[in-house]
Order: sequence, then structure tokens, then C-alpha cells
Amino acid sequence: MLDRSLINKSYPPIKFDVEKQRLKFFSKATGQIDPIYFDETIAREKGFSSILAPPTFLTTVGHEQKNPYQYLNDLSVDMGDVLHAGQIYKYHSLVFAGDVITMDSKIIDMYDKKNGSLEFVEFESLYTNQNGKLVLESLSTLVIR
Amino acid sequence: MNKWDCKSAKVGENLPDLIVGPISRTNLALYAGASGDHNPLHIDTDYANRIGLPDVIAHGMLIMGYLGRVLTNNMNQNQILEYGVQFSSITNIGDVLCCSGIVKEISGDKSNKILKLELNVKDQNNDTKLKGYSLIKAS
Repeated sequence: MLDRSLINKSYPPIKFDVEKQRLKFFSKATGQIDPIYFDETIAREKGFSSILAPPTFLTTVGHEQKNPYQYLNDLSVDMGDVLHAGQIYKYHSLVFAGDVITMDSKIIDMYDKKNGSLEFVEFESLYTNQNGKLVLESLSTLVIR
Repeated sequence: MNKWDCKSAKVGENLPDLIVGPISRTNLALYAGASGDHNPLHIDTDYANRIGLPDVIAHGMLIMGYLGRVLTNNMNQNQILEYGVQFSSITNIGDVLCCSGIVKEISGDKSNKILKLELNVKDQNNDTKLKGYSLIKAS
């Protein structure tokens, strides 16, 4: 069983530069067709400051730390036993190339189903931009088999 | 781009479906690089075999990204207030995905109209890969 004392454990903030090339790559990989997601000239013509980050782009931030799987060590589980079970985003402001985003994450809940054979961990992540404005709230649920 | 007319949308109305696939190893490799999610489960067949899977599987977040295009193809992104999914089953190499959305509820008044969309992704066998929802500011 997972160590429930880890509920409320928070992780050090991660700072992330939203770069044009990375946005273009992400938009290509997810098949975005509107040029506001990969062409800065067109994004500016539409009144945006630069290329727009698509709705799931900030998932990248969590992977940019030295050990993105530190939480697995904390939970004493193997990477192969973990799957992403759910993801909720609440949007407060659009994110553009040139923004600097800070992500603050913590474990907010743990529970089990099927008599303990499946355990769940919920992470809350808050993303703020360079002006201190909250741009995104994320709730990620992981399942440990 | 022509956007879906969400102002006059009615409960039960479908957004245009988006068909994606067949999912290839290239799709997963590109998404691994673009997202920074280098979990070998998605890119290394040898690793997948070692943990008891016949092959690599798609990143759930890639499928959420595809489904998000049902939103971004049809509305301005600043209309999206919330977008959430539950990952129901694994997406495999070769799967062809149908991403769809339907208006489930309309709330608020004329000047502050909110649509609740029900979203889902199904494969070529009609198996649900992912179920989701979105709250959309329509006016």
C-alpha cells in the first residue's frame, strides 16, 4: 500500500521558458492545423503576442525537471506499474511563446479501489506566468497497478 | 478558419468528428520528443516486452491532445474554460481514432452562456479510449 503520509507533499517549483520551436514541435506532434499554433506572423496578425500554446501544452513542464520520476521514488513504485488515469485542466489565461511559466505541484489525495488492488494518486499543479498570474490549474490522476 | 457556431448551439448537437490515425510509431516518437515524456513504455518495444506488454502504447496525453483539436478546430481557445478526460483503455499502434463531441448542457444567460460538452475517443472497434468533457464560454 502507498504511503498515505505523502498526501500534501509538495514539489519544488519548476520554471519553464515557452519557446517558439518547442511550441511548433508540439503542435506538429498533436496535429494542430490552425497556423496560430505554429506561425508567428499569422498569430500576430490575429492579435496575439506570438505563437499560441495549445490546451494540453503545459504537460511538457513537468517533464523538464532533473528527475521527472522523483515522485515514483517517493511512492516506491516502478514506472512500469503506473498509468495516467485522468487529467483535468482549468484555464485562466492563454499562454504564448515568450512566456515564462512556473509550475507548483503537490500530492493532494490517495485512495484505492477493488480492495486495494488499484491505488490512485492525485497531483494538483498550478501554473503561473512571469507576471505572477495563474494561467492554468491541473489535476492529474495516476493509477498504480 | 471557420469556427463552429457555438452561440446558436443546441443540446444534442454534435461537433464535427475528427479522425486520427492509424497511430504509428512515428506519432509516438514525435510526441515523446515534443512533450518531453520519454517514458520508454511509448517508444521502446524491448522495454514494453520486459514489462509484459506486446508492444509500445500511445501516451494518454497524446490522445488528449488529439481530442483537444475537436475544441481548437471549432472555437477560439480562450472560450475553453475547462477540459478534462479519463483514460479508459490503452491506444495501440495501428488504431484509428474517432474524436467526437456533443453539447450536453447549456447554462447561464444570453450574455454569459456556458456549454458543457461531452467528449470521447473511440477506436475502429468502437472501444472507448478516453472520455472527457469541456466547459465552453459561448458568449
